[in-house]
Amino acid sequence: MNPRVLDRTLIYGSAILLAVWVLIPFYIIAISAFTPQARIFDYPKPLIPTTFSTDTMQFFVEARGVIPSVINSLLVAVFTIVFGLALGTPAGYALARFHFRGREAFQVIVLATKMFPIAILSIPLAVTFLQLGLYDNLVSVALVHTAMALPFVILVTGGVFVAVSHELEEAAQTLGCSRWGAFLRVALPLALPGLAAAAIFTFVISWNEVFAATILTLRARTLPAQVLAGLGTSPLGFKFAGGLFMALPAVVFIFMIRRYLINLWGSR
Amino acid sequence: MRTRAEQFLPFALLLPSIAFLGLLILIPMVQALLLAVMAEGGGLTLENFQRMLGDVNFSDAWRNTLLLLFLIVPLQIVLALAMALLINSRFRGHGFFLYIYAIPLAISDLAAGILWLAVFTERGYLNSALQSAGVIDQPILFLSFENFAGIVSAIVIAESWRATAIVLLILIAGLQLIPRDFFEAADLFGADRIRRTIHVVLPLLRPSLQSALIIRTIFAFQTFAVVFALAGRNMPVLAGEAYTWYAANRNEHLAATYAVLLLGLTVAATVVYLRVLGLREAEVQR
Repeated sequence: MNPRVLDRTLIYGSAILLAVWVLIPFYIIAISAFTPQARIFDYPKPLIPTTFSTDTMQFFVEARGVIPSVINSLLVAVFTIVFGLALGTPAGYALARFHFRGREAFQVIVLATKMFPIAILSIPLAVTFLQLGLYDNLVSVALVHTAMALPFVILVTGGVFVAVSHELEEAAQTLGCSRWGAFLRVALPLALPGLAAAAIFTFVISWNEVFAATILTLRARTLPAQVLAGLGTSPLGFKFAGGLFMALPAVVFIFMIRRYLINLWGSR
Repeated sequence: MRTRAEQFLPFALLLPSIAFLGLLILIPMVQALLLAVMAEGGGLTLENFQRMLGDVNFSDAWRNTLLLLFLIVPLQIVLALAMALLINSRFRGHGFFLYIYAIPLAISDLAAGILWLAVFTERGYLNSALQSAGVIDQPILFLSFENFAGIVSAIVIAESWRATAIVLLILIAGLQLIPRDFFEAADLFGADRIRRTIHVVLPLLRPSLQSALIIRTIFAFQTFAVVFALAGRNMPVLAGEAYTWYAANRNEHLAATYAVLLLGLTVAATVVYLRVLGLREAEVQR
Protein backbone atom coordinates (compact mmCIF):
# COMPACT_ATOMS: atom_id res chain seq x y z
CA MET A 1 0.00 0.00 0.00
CA ASN A 2 1.36 3.42 -0.80
CA PRO A 3 1.71 5.83 2.15
CA ARG A 4 -1.10 8.16 1.01
CA VAL A 5 -3.64 5.37 0.82
CA LEU A 6 -2.45 4.02 4.17
CA ASP A 7 -2.79 7.50 5.66
CA ARG A 8 -6.34 7.89 4.39
CA THR A 9 -7.37 4.42 5.56
CA LEU A 10 -6.01 5.24 9.00
CA ILE A 11 -7.84 8.57 9.20
CA TYR A 12 -11.21 7.30 7.97
CA GLY A 13 -10.85 4.08 9.92
CA SER A 14 -10.40 5.88 13.23
CA ALA A 15 -13.03 8.51 12.40
CA ILE A 16 -15.59 5.78 11.71
CA LEU A 17 -14.59 3.80 14.79
CA LEU A 18 -15.11 6.85 17.02
CA ALA A 19 -18.44 7.58 15.32
CA VAL A 20 -19.60 4.02 16.03
CA TRP A 21 -18.65 4.46 19.70
CA VAL A 22 -20.79 7.61 19.87
CA LEU A 23 -23.76 6.17 17.97
CA ILE A 24 -24.03 2.66 19.42
CA PRO A 25 -25.90 3.67 22.63
CA PHE A 26 -28.53 5.46 20.51
CA TYR A 27 -29.08 2.30 18.50
CA ILE A 28 -29.28 0.16 21.65
CA ILE A 29 -31.76 2.46 23.40
CA ALA A 30 -33.89 2.67 20.24
CA ILE A 31 -34.17 -1.10 19.85
CA SER A 32 -34.75 -1.42 23.63
CA ALA A 33 -37.54 1.14 23.65
CA PHE A 34 -39.25 -0.53 20.68
CA THR A 35 -39.02 -4.01 22.15
CA PRO A 36 -42.50 -5.24 23.14
CA GLN A 37 -43.09 -5.15 26.91
CA ALA A 38 -43.28 -8.92 27.14
CA ARG A 39 -39.90 -9.42 25.42
CA ILE A 40 -37.85 -6.99 27.53
CA PHE A 41 -36.45 -9.81 29.68
CA ASP A 42 -35.68 -12.13 26.75
CA TYR A 43 -32.11 -13.36 26.83
CA PRO A 44 -29.91 -13.37 24.88
CA LYS A 45 -31.42 -10.60 22.78
CA PRO A 46 -30.60 -10.38 19.07
CA LEU A 47 -28.56 -7.29 18.13
CA ILE A 48 -30.79 -6.89 15.11
CA PRO A 49 -34.34 -6.93 16.50
CA THR A 50 -36.84 -9.42 15.12
CA THR A 51 -39.85 -7.77 16.71
CA PHE A 52 -40.89 -4.16 16.60
CA SER A 53 -43.61 -2.69 18.77
CA THR A 54 -44.61 0.68 20.10
CA ASP A 55 -46.28 -0.71 23.21
CA THR A 56 -43.34 0.08 25.53
CA MET A 57 -43.33 3.67 24.25
CA GLN A 58 -47.10 3.77 24.64
CA PHE A 59 -46.85 2.46 28.20
CA PHE A 60 -44.37 5.25 29.00
CA VAL A 61 -46.45 8.03 27.43
CA GLU A 62 -49.62 6.81 29.14
CA ALA A 63 -47.96 6.37 32.55
CA ARG A 64 -49.22 8.73 35.22
CA GLY A 65 -47.51 12.09 35.25
CA VAL A 66 -45.49 11.67 32.06
CA ILE A 67 -47.51 13.90 29.72
CA PRO A 68 -47.84 16.69 32.34
CA SER A 69 -44.08 16.47 32.99
CA VAL A 70 -43.35 16.82 29.27
CA ILE A 71 -45.59 19.89 29.17
CA ASN A 72 -43.81 21.26 32.28
CA SER A 73 -40.42 20.64 30.65
CA LEU A 74 -41.50 22.52 27.52
CA LEU A 75 -42.90 25.43 29.56
CA VAL A 76 -39.75 25.71 31.70
CA ALA A 77 -37.64 25.64 28.52
CA VAL A 78 -39.73 28.38 26.89
CA PHE A 79 -39.54 30.57 30.03
CA THR A 80 -35.78 29.98 30.15
CA ILE A 81 -35.39 30.97 26.49
CA VAL A 82 -37.38 34.17 27.04
CA PHE A 83 -35.49 35.14 30.21
CA GLY A 84 -32.13 34.09 28.77
CA LEU A 85 -32.47 36.00 25.50
CA ALA A 86 -33.98 39.06 27.20
CA LEU A 87 -31.05 39.27 29.62
CA GLY A 88 -28.26 37.91 27.44
CA THR A 89 -28.81 39.57 24.06
CA PRO A 90 -28.14 43.13 25.34
CA ALA A 91 -24.99 41.93 27.09
CA GLY A 92 -23.80 40.08 23.97
CA TYR A 93 -24.46 43.20 21.90
CA ALA A 94 -22.53 45.37 24.37
CA LEU A 95 -19.52 43.02 24.23
CA ALA A 96 -19.59 43.02 20.44
CA ARG A 97 -20.00 46.76 19.86
CA PHE A 98 -18.34 48.68 22.67
CA HIS A 99 -14.93 48.98 24.21
CA PHE A 100 -15.55 50.11 27.73
CA ARG A 101 -13.86 49.94 31.11
CA GLY A 102 -14.55 46.65 32.83
CA ARG A 103 -15.12 44.75 29.58
CA GLU A 104 -12.47 42.14 30.47
CA ALA A 105 -13.80 41.84 34.01
CA PHE A 106 -17.25 41.12 32.63
CA GLN A 107 -15.84 38.46 30.30
CA VAL A 108 -14.19 36.78 33.27
CA ILE A 109 -17.53 36.81 35.12
CA VAL A 110 -19.19 35.15 32.12
CA LEU A 111 -16.49 32.45 31.93
CA ALA A 112 -16.61 31.81 35.67
CA THR A 113 -20.40 31.46 35.57
CA LYS A 114 -20.13 28.97 32.72
CA MET A 115 -18.05 26.73 34.98
CA PHE A 116 -19.89 27.41 38.23
CA PRO A 117 -21.89 24.52 39.76
CA ILE A 118 -25.17 26.45 39.75
CA ALA A 119 -27.34 23.32 40.18
CA ILE A 120 -25.90 22.82 43.67
CA LEU A 121 -27.27 26.25 44.62
CA SER A 122 -30.81 24.99 44.16
CA ILE A 123 -30.65 23.64 47.73
CA PRO A 124 -30.41 27.08 49.42
CA LEU A 125 -32.63 28.50 46.66
CA ALA A 126 -35.33 25.97 47.50
CA VAL A 127 -35.42 27.31 51.06
CA THR A 128 -35.73 30.89 49.79
CA PHE A 129 -38.38 29.99 47.22
CA LEU A 130 -40.35 28.20 49.94
CA GLN A 131 -40.35 31.38 52.03
CA LEU A 132 -41.38 33.47 49.01
CA GLY A 133 -44.15 31.07 48.02
CA LEU A 134 -42.31 30.26 44.77
CA TYR A 135 -41.51 26.64 45.59
CA ASP A 136 -42.81 23.93 43.25
CA ASN A 137 -43.22 26.63 40.61
CA LEU A 138 -42.11 26.31 36.98
CA VAL A 139 -40.90 29.93 36.87
CA SER A 140 -38.46 29.36 39.72
CA VAL A 141 -37.02 26.31 37.93
CA ALA A 142 -36.72 28.46 34.81
CA LEU A 143 -34.84 31.14 36.80
CA VAL A 144 -32.16 28.62 37.82
CA HIS A 145 -31.95 27.29 34.26
CA THR A 146 -31.58 30.87 33.02
CA ALA A 147 -28.57 31.39 35.29
CA MET A 148 -27.03 28.25 33.74
CA ALA A 149 -27.79 29.25 30.16
CA LEU A 150 -27.00 32.97 30.41
CA PRO A 151 -23.21 32.76 29.88
CA PHE A 152 -23.77 30.66 26.74
CA VAL A 153 -26.38 33.10 25.43
CA ILE A 154 -24.00 36.03 26.01
CA LEU A 155 -21.10 34.25 24.27
CA VAL A 156 -23.14 33.15 21.25
CA THR A 157 -24.99 36.46 20.77
CA GLY A 158 -21.70 38.32 21.25
CA GLY A 159 -20.16 36.26 18.45
CA VAL A 160 -23.19 36.83 16.27
CA PHE A 161 -23.19 40.62 16.61
CA VAL A 162 -19.45 40.79 15.90
CA ALA A 163 -20.24 39.13 12.59
CA VAL A 164 -22.99 41.64 11.78
CA SER A 165 -21.22 44.65 10.32
CA HIS A 166 -21.31 47.74 12.47
CA GLU A 167 -21.22 49.92 9.34
CA LEU A 168 -24.64 48.72 8.26
CA GLU A 169 -26.10 50.01 11.51
CA GLU A 170 -24.25 53.33 11.12
CA ALA A 171 -25.52 53.64 7.55
CA ALA A 172 -29.07 53.14 8.80
CA GLN A 173 -28.48 55.85 11.38
CA THR A 174 -27.24 58.35 8.79
CA LEU A 175 -30.38 57.57 6.80
CA GLY A 176 -32.48 58.70 9.71
CA CYS A 177 -32.93 55.68 11.94
CA SER A 178 -32.48 56.10 15.67
CA ARG A 179 -29.85 53.91 17.32
CA TRP A 180 -32.62 51.62 18.59
CA GLY A 181 -34.32 51.67 15.17
CA ALA A 182 -31.04 50.72 13.48
CA PHE A 183 -30.58 47.85 15.89
CA LEU A 184 -34.16 46.67 15.42
CA ARG A 185 -34.29 46.97 11.62
CA VAL A 186 -30.72 46.12 10.63
CA ALA A 187 -28.68 44.25 13.27
CA LEU A 188 -31.46 42.13 14.75
CA PRO A 189 -32.76 40.60 11.50
CA LEU A 190 -29.21 39.75 10.41
CA ALA A 191 -28.50 38.20 13.82
CA LEU A 192 -31.67 36.10 13.90
CA PRO A 193 -30.11 32.75 12.87
CA GLY A 194 -27.50 33.12 15.61
CA LEU A 195 -30.11 34.10 18.16
CA ALA A 196 -32.11 31.05 17.15
CA ALA A 197 -29.04 28.90 17.82
CA ALA A 198 -28.69 30.50 21.25
CA ALA A 199 -32.37 29.76 21.91
CA ILE A 200 -31.94 26.12 20.85
CA PHE A 201 -28.93 25.59 23.08
CA THR A 202 -30.84 27.20 25.95
CA PHE A 203 -33.65 24.75 25.28
CA VAL A 204 -31.17 21.87 25.43
CA ILE A 205 -29.73 23.04 28.77
CA SER A 206 -33.18 23.38 30.30
CA TRP A 207 -34.62 20.17 28.78
CA ASN A 208 -31.69 18.17 30.20
CA GLU A 209 -31.30 19.70 33.65
CA VAL A 210 -32.00 17.18 36.41
CA PHE A 211 -30.69 18.34 39.79
CA ALA A 212 -32.32 21.77 40.19
CA ALA A 213 -35.58 20.59 38.62
CA THR A 214 -35.81 17.71 41.10
CA ILE A 215 -34.89 19.80 44.15
CA LEU A 216 -37.19 22.71 43.32
CA THR A 217 -40.37 20.78 42.50
CA LEU A 218 -42.71 18.31 44.16
CA ARG A 219 -45.69 18.07 41.84
CA ALA A 220 -44.65 20.42 39.02
CA ARG A 221 -42.09 17.86 37.81
CA THR A 222 -40.20 18.30 34.57
CA LEU A 223 -39.58 15.16 32.51
CA PRO A 224 -36.05 14.45 33.85
CA ALA A 225 -37.27 15.10 37.42
CA GLN A 226 -40.18 12.72 36.85
CA VAL A 227 -37.92 9.98 35.43
CA LEU A 228 -35.31 10.46 38.18
CA ALA A 229 -37.86 10.34 40.98
CA GLY A 230 -39.20 7.05 39.58
CA LEU A 231 -35.80 5.41 38.93
CA GLY A 232 -36.00 3.17 41.99
CA THR A 233 -39.48 1.86 41.32
CA SER A 234 -40.25 2.06 37.60
CA PRO A 235 -39.94 -1.00 35.32
CA LEU A 236 -37.05 -1.27 32.84
CA GLY A 237 -39.29 -0.62 29.84
CA PHE A 238 -40.38 2.70 31.34
CA LYS A 239 -36.76 3.75 31.83
CA PHE A 240 -35.74 2.76 28.30
CA ALA A 241 -38.66 4.62 26.73
CA GLY A 242 -37.93 7.64 28.96
CA GLY A 243 -34.25 7.53 28.00
CA LEU A 244 -35.07 7.54 24.30
CA PHE A 245 -37.61 10.30 24.78
CA MET A 246 -35.08 12.50 26.57
CA ALA A 247 -32.18 11.75 24.22
CA LEU A 248 -33.87 12.07 20.85
CA PRO A 249 -34.09 15.89 20.66
CA ALA A 250 -30.28 15.95 21.00
CA VAL A 251 -29.72 14.48 17.56
CA VAL A 252 -31.94 17.08 15.90
CA PHE A 253 -30.85 20.09 17.93
CA ILE A 254 -27.11 19.54 17.64
CA PHE A 255 -27.61 19.29 13.89
CA MET A 256 -29.48 22.62 13.85
CA ILE A 257 -26.78 24.48 15.79
CA ARG A 258 -23.75 22.69 14.32
CA ARG A 259 -22.30 25.96 12.94
CA TYR A 260 -22.26 27.55 16.37
CA LEU A 261 -20.88 24.61 18.35
CA ILE A 262 -17.35 25.98 18.62
CA ASN A 263 -18.62 29.29 20.04
CA LEU A 264 -20.40 27.51 22.88
CA TRP A 265 -17.46 25.94 24.61
CA GLY A 266 -14.46 27.66 23.05
CA SER A 267 -12.66 29.76 25.63
CA ARG A 268 -13.49 33.08 24.01
CA MET B 1 -18.30 61.58 18.68
CA ARG B 2 -19.87 60.07 21.69
CA THR B 3 -22.69 61.53 23.67
CA ARG B 4 -22.91 60.99 27.41
CA ALA B 5 -25.78 58.58 26.93
CA GLU B 6 -23.62 56.54 24.54
CA GLN B 7 -20.95 56.14 27.20
CA PHE B 8 -23.40 54.68 29.67
CA LEU B 9 -25.10 52.46 27.12
CA PRO B 10 -22.80 49.41 27.44
CA PHE B 11 -23.20 49.42 31.22
CA ALA B 12 -26.95 49.71 30.93
CA LEU B 13 -26.91 46.72 28.58
CA LEU B 14 -24.81 44.62 30.97
CA LEU B 15 -26.65 45.59 34.13
CA PRO B 16 -29.58 43.14 33.82
CA SER B 17 -27.24 40.16 33.40
CA ILE B 18 -24.99 41.18 36.27
CA ALA B 19 -27.92 41.87 38.60
CA PHE B 20 -29.55 38.57 37.69
CA LEU B 21 -26.40 36.50 38.19
CA GLY B 22 -25.78 38.26 41.49
CA LEU B 23 -29.28 37.42 42.69
CA LEU B 24 -29.18 33.80 41.53
CA ILE B 25 -25.57 33.00 42.49
CA LEU B 26 -24.16 35.25 45.20
CA ILE B 27 -27.22 35.33 47.46
CA PRO B 28 -27.78 31.54 47.43
CA MET B 29 -24.05 31.03 48.10
CA VAL B 30 -24.29 33.08 51.27
CA GLN B 31 -27.55 31.34 52.12
CA ALA B 32 -25.92 27.90 51.70
CA LEU B 33 -23.16 28.92 54.12
CA LEU B 34 -25.70 30.20 56.64
CA LEU B 35 -27.80 27.03 56.42
CA ALA B 36 -24.69 24.92 56.94
CA VAL B 37 -23.54 26.71 60.08
CA MET B 38 -26.97 27.07 61.63
CA ALA B 39 -28.70 24.59 63.89
CA GLU B 40 -32.24 23.43 63.16
CA GLY B 41 -33.71 25.77 65.77
CA GLY B 42 -31.32 28.69 65.09
CA GLY B 43 -27.94 29.64 66.53
CA LEU B 44 -24.46 28.97 65.17
CA THR B 45 -23.11 25.43 65.23
CA LEU B 46 -20.64 23.07 63.61
CA GLU B 47 -23.01 20.19 64.25
CA ASN B 48 -24.03 19.89 60.58
CA PHE B 49 -20.43 19.41 59.50
CA GLN B 50 -19.86 16.85 62.26
CA ARG B 51 -23.01 14.96 61.24
CA MET B 52 -21.96 15.02 57.58
CA LEU B 53 -18.45 13.71 58.37
CA GLY B 54 -19.85 11.07 60.70
CA ASP B 55 -22.56 9.86 58.30
CA VAL B 56 -22.33 6.20 57.22
CA ASN B 57 -22.33 7.12 53.54
CA PHE B 58 -19.92 10.03 53.74
CA SER B 59 -16.58 8.26 53.37
CA ASP B 60 -17.95 6.06 50.57
CA ALA B 61 -19.43 9.08 48.78
CA TRP B 62 -16.13 10.93 49.11
CA ARG B 63 -14.08 7.97 47.84
CA ASN B 64 -16.46 7.21 44.97
CA THR B 65 -16.62 10.82 43.80
CA LEU B 66 -12.82 11.10 43.70
CA LEU B 67 -12.42 7.67 42.11
CA LEU B 68 -14.83 8.56 39.30
CA LEU B 69 -13.09 11.90 38.86
CA PHE B 70 -9.64 10.32 38.50
CA LEU B 71 -10.88 7.71 36.06
CA ILE B 72 -13.24 9.81 33.95
CA VAL B 73 -11.37 13.08 33.44
CA PRO B 74 -8.11 11.68 31.94
CA LEU B 75 -10.07 9.26 29.75
CA GLN B 76 -12.19 12.10 28.39
CA ILE B 77 -9.17 14.27 27.68
CA VAL B 78 -7.41 11.50 25.75
CA LEU B 79 -10.53 10.54 23.80
CA ALA B 80 -11.42 14.14 23.01
CA LEU B 81 -7.83 14.91 21.99
CA ALA B 82 -7.89 12.02 19.53
CA MET B 83 -11.17 13.25 18.07
CA ALA B 84 -10.03 16.88 17.94
CA LEU B 85 -6.72 16.12 16.19
CA LEU B 86 -8.56 13.92 13.72
CA ILE B 87 -11.15 16.62 12.94
CA ASN B 88 -8.44 19.27 12.73
CA SER B 89 -6.65 17.35 9.98
CA ARG B 90 -9.58 18.65 7.88
CA PHE B 91 -10.12 15.48 5.91
CA ARG B 92 -13.10 15.40 3.53
CA GLY B 93 -16.24 15.02 5.59
CA HIS B 94 -14.71 16.19 8.88
CA GLY B 95 -17.72 18.48 9.48
CA PHE B 96 -20.05 15.50 9.43
CA PHE B 97 -17.93 13.60 11.93
CA LEU B 98 -17.72 16.67 14.20
CA TYR B 99 -21.52 16.76 14.24
CA ILE B 100 -21.69 13.07 15.19
CA TYR B 101 -19.09 13.44 17.94
CA ALA B 102 -20.92 16.49 19.34
CA ILE B 103 -24.35 14.84 19.67
CA PRO B 104 -23.82 13.67 23.30
CA LEU B 105 -23.39 17.36 24.20
CA ALA B 106 -27.19 17.58 24.22
CA ILE B 107 -27.72 14.45 26.33
CA SER B 108 -28.34 14.77 30.06
CA ASP B 109 -26.36 12.66 32.50
CA LEU B 110 -29.64 10.99 33.44
CA ALA B 111 -30.41 10.02 29.83
CA ALA B 112 -26.80 8.88 29.32
CA GLY B 113 -27.10 6.63 32.38
CA ILE B 114 -30.29 5.07 31.00
CA LEU B 115 -28.82 4.60 27.52
CA TRP B 116 -25.93 2.63 29.02
CA LEU B 117 -28.28 0.80 31.39
CA ALA B 118 -29.76 -0.86 28.29
CA VAL B 119 -26.22 -2.04 27.49
CA PHE B 120 -25.08 -3.16 30.95
CA THR B 121 -28.23 -4.46 32.61
CA GLU B 122 -28.31 -8.19 33.44
CA ARG B 123 -30.26 -9.19 30.34
CA GLY B 124 -28.94 -6.26 28.35
CA TYR B 125 -27.13 -6.05 25.06
CA LEU B 126 -23.55 -6.50 26.27
CA ASN B 127 -24.37 -9.79 27.97
CA SER B 128 -26.48 -10.79 24.96
CA ALA B 129 -23.61 -10.12 22.58
CA LEU B 130 -21.06 -11.93 24.76
CA GLN B 131 -23.38 -14.92 25.18
CA SER B 132 -24.18 -15.14 21.47
CA ALA B 133 -20.47 -15.02 20.72
CA GLY B 134 -19.94 -17.88 23.18
CA VAL B 135 -17.68 -15.87 25.48
CA ILE B 136 -19.86 -16.41 28.56
CA ASP B 137 -22.30 -19.11 29.68
CA GLN B 138 -24.48 -16.94 31.86
CA PRO B 139 -24.99 -13.18 32.14
CA ILE B 140 -22.43 -11.16 34.14
CA LEU B 141 -24.00 -8.98 36.85
CA PHE B 142 -22.22 -5.76 35.86
CA LEU B 143 -24.42 -3.56 38.04
CA SER B 144 -24.82 -5.73 41.14
CA PHE B 145 -23.82 -4.06 44.42
CA GLU B 146 -21.37 -6.92 44.91
CA ASN B 147 -19.58 -6.04 41.67
CA PHE B 148 -17.95 -2.71 42.52
CA ALA B 149 -15.55 -2.83 39.56
CA GLY B 150 -18.47 -3.52 37.23
CA ILE B 151 -20.50 -0.56 38.50
CA VAL B 152 -17.52 1.78 38.35
CA SER B 153 -16.65 0.70 34.79
CA ALA B 154 -20.23 1.20 33.62
CA ILE B 155 -20.40 4.71 35.13
CA VAL B 156 -16.96 5.64 33.77
CA ILE B 157 -17.94 4.49 30.28
CA ALA B 158 -21.33 6.25 30.33
CA GLU B 159 -19.94 9.52 31.67
CA SER B 160 -16.92 9.47 29.34
CA TRP B 161 -19.22 8.82 26.42
CA ARG B 162 -21.43 11.78 27.33
CA ALA B 163 -19.06 14.53 28.38
CA THR B 164 -16.19 13.92 25.93
CA ALA B 165 -18.15 16.17 23.55
CA ILE B 166 -17.63 19.21 25.79
CA VAL B 167 -13.87 18.63 25.97
CA LEU B 168 -13.81 18.07 22.21
CA LEU B 169 -15.37 21.47 21.49
CA ILE B 170 -12.97 23.24 23.87
CA LEU B 171 -9.98 21.55 22.19
CA ILE B 172 -11.19 22.23 18.65
CA ALA B 173 -11.69 25.90 19.51
CA GLY B 174 -8.10 25.86 20.80
CA LEU B 175 -6.75 24.14 17.70
CA GLN B 176 -8.42 26.72 15.49
CA LEU B 177 -6.44 29.44 17.23
CA ILE B 178 -3.16 27.84 16.17
CA PRO B 179 -2.13 29.47 12.89
CA ARG B 180 -1.96 27.01 9.99
CA ASP B 181 1.58 28.28 9.25
CA PHE B 182 2.80 26.47 12.34
CA PHE B 183 1.76 23.15 10.87
CA GLU B 184 3.36 24.03 7.53
CA ALA B 185 6.57 25.16 9.20
CA ALA B 186 6.77 21.86 11.02
CA ASP B 187 6.23 20.05 7.70
CA LEU B 188 9.03 22.03 6.12
CA PHE B 189 11.44 20.89 8.80
CA GLY B 190 10.44 17.33 8.08
CA ALA B 191 8.44 16.63 11.22
CA ASP B 192 6.15 13.69 10.80
CA ARG B 193 2.63 13.81 12.12
CA ILE B 194 3.31 12.33 15.56
CA ARG B 195 6.38 14.47 16.25
CA ARG B 196 4.51 17.53 15.01
CA THR B 197 1.64 16.76 17.37
CA ILE B 198 3.89 16.33 20.38
CA HIS B 199 6.31 19.20 19.77
CA VAL B 200 4.16 21.80 18.03
CA VAL B 201 0.46 21.19 18.61
CA LEU B 202 0.29 20.04 22.24
CA PRO B 203 2.34 22.91 23.73
CA LEU B 204 0.24 25.44 21.82
CA LEU B 205 -2.94 23.68 22.93
CA ARG B 206 -1.99 23.81 26.60
CA PRO B 207 -4.35 26.66 27.59
CA SER B 208 -7.32 24.82 26.10
CA LEU B 209 -6.29 21.54 27.73
CA GLN B 210 -6.11 23.35 31.04
CA SER B 211 -9.52 24.95 30.78
CA ALA B 212 -10.98 21.60 29.69
CA LEU B 213 -9.36 20.00 32.74
CA ILE B 214 -10.80 22.61 35.10
CA ILE B 215 -14.30 22.52 33.62
CA ARG B 216 -14.48 18.73 33.61
CA THR B 217 -13.14 18.42 37.16
CA ILE B 218 -15.71 20.89 38.46
CA PHE B 219 -18.51 19.04 36.66
CA ALA B 220 -17.24 15.67 37.90
CA PHE B 221 -17.93 16.78 41.48
CA GLN B 222 -21.56 17.16 40.46
CA THR B 223 -21.88 13.66 38.98
CA PHE B 224 -25.06 12.11 40.28
CA ALA B 225 -27.92 11.22 37.89
CA VAL B 226 -25.77 8.88 35.78
CA VAL B 227 -24.79 7.09 39.00
CA PHE B 228 -28.41 6.81 40.17
CA ALA B 229 -29.52 5.48 36.79
CA LEU B 230 -26.86 2.76 36.65
CA ALA B 231 -26.28 1.84 40.30
CA GLY B 232 -29.26 3.20 42.24
CA ARG B 233 -28.28 3.85 45.85
CA ASN B 234 -25.55 1.20 45.76
CA MET B 235 -22.97 3.82 44.90
CA PRO B 236 -23.16 6.97 47.03
CA VAL B 237 -21.55 10.12 45.60
CA LEU B 238 -21.34 13.60 47.15
CA ALA B 239 -23.90 15.34 44.92
CA GLY B 240 -26.23 12.37 45.34
CA GLU B 241 -25.97 12.69 49.14
CA ALA B 242 -26.88 16.39 48.87
CA TYR B 243 -29.94 15.39 46.87
CA THR B 244 -30.91 12.55 49.23
CA TRP B 245 -30.57 14.71 52.35
CA TYR B 246 -32.80 17.33 50.81
CA ALA B 247 -35.40 15.29 48.92
CA ALA B 248 -35.65 12.07 50.94
CA ASN B 249 -34.47 12.97 54.46
CA ARG B 250 -35.94 16.50 54.40
CA ASN B 251 -32.92 18.01 56.11
CA GLU B 252 -32.02 21.21 54.29
CA HIS B 253 -29.22 22.01 56.73
CA LEU B 254 -27.30 18.84 55.96
CA ALA B 255 -28.08 19.14 52.26
CA ALA B 256 -26.71 22.70 52.35
CA THR B 257 -23.62 21.44 54.19
CA TYR B 258 -22.94 19.06 51.29
CA ALA B 259 -23.54 21.96 48.89
CA VAL B 260 -20.94 24.03 50.76
CA LEU B 261 -18.50 21.12 50.58
CA LEU B 262 -19.05 20.85 46.80
CA LEU B 263 -18.60 24.60 46.35
CA GLY B 264 -15.41 24.42 48.41
CA LEU B 265 -14.11 21.56 46.27
CA THR B 266 -14.88 23.56 43.12
CA VAL B 267 -12.88 26.52 44.36
CA ALA B 268 -10.06 24.28 45.64
CA ALA B 269 -9.80 22.38 42.34
CA THR B 270 -9.66 25.62 40.35
CA VAL B 271 -6.97 27.10 42.59
CA VAL B 272 -4.91 23.90 42.53
CA TYR B 273 -5.04 23.68 38.74
CA LEU B 274 -4.15 27.34 38.33
CA ARG B 275 -1.20 26.97 40.72
CA VAL B 276 0.12 23.56 39.70
CA LEU B 277 -0.29 24.04 35.99
CA GLY B 278 0.83 27.65 36.16
CA LEU B 279 -2.14 28.93 34.27
CA ARG B 280 -1.82 32.67 34.03
CA GLU B 281 -4.70 35.06 34.18
CA ALA B 282 -4.05 36.18 30.64
CA GLU B 283 -4.66 32.64 29.47
CA VAL B 284 -7.94 32.35 31.34
CA GLN B 285 -9.15 35.47 29.64
CA ARG B 286 -8.11 34.35 26.23
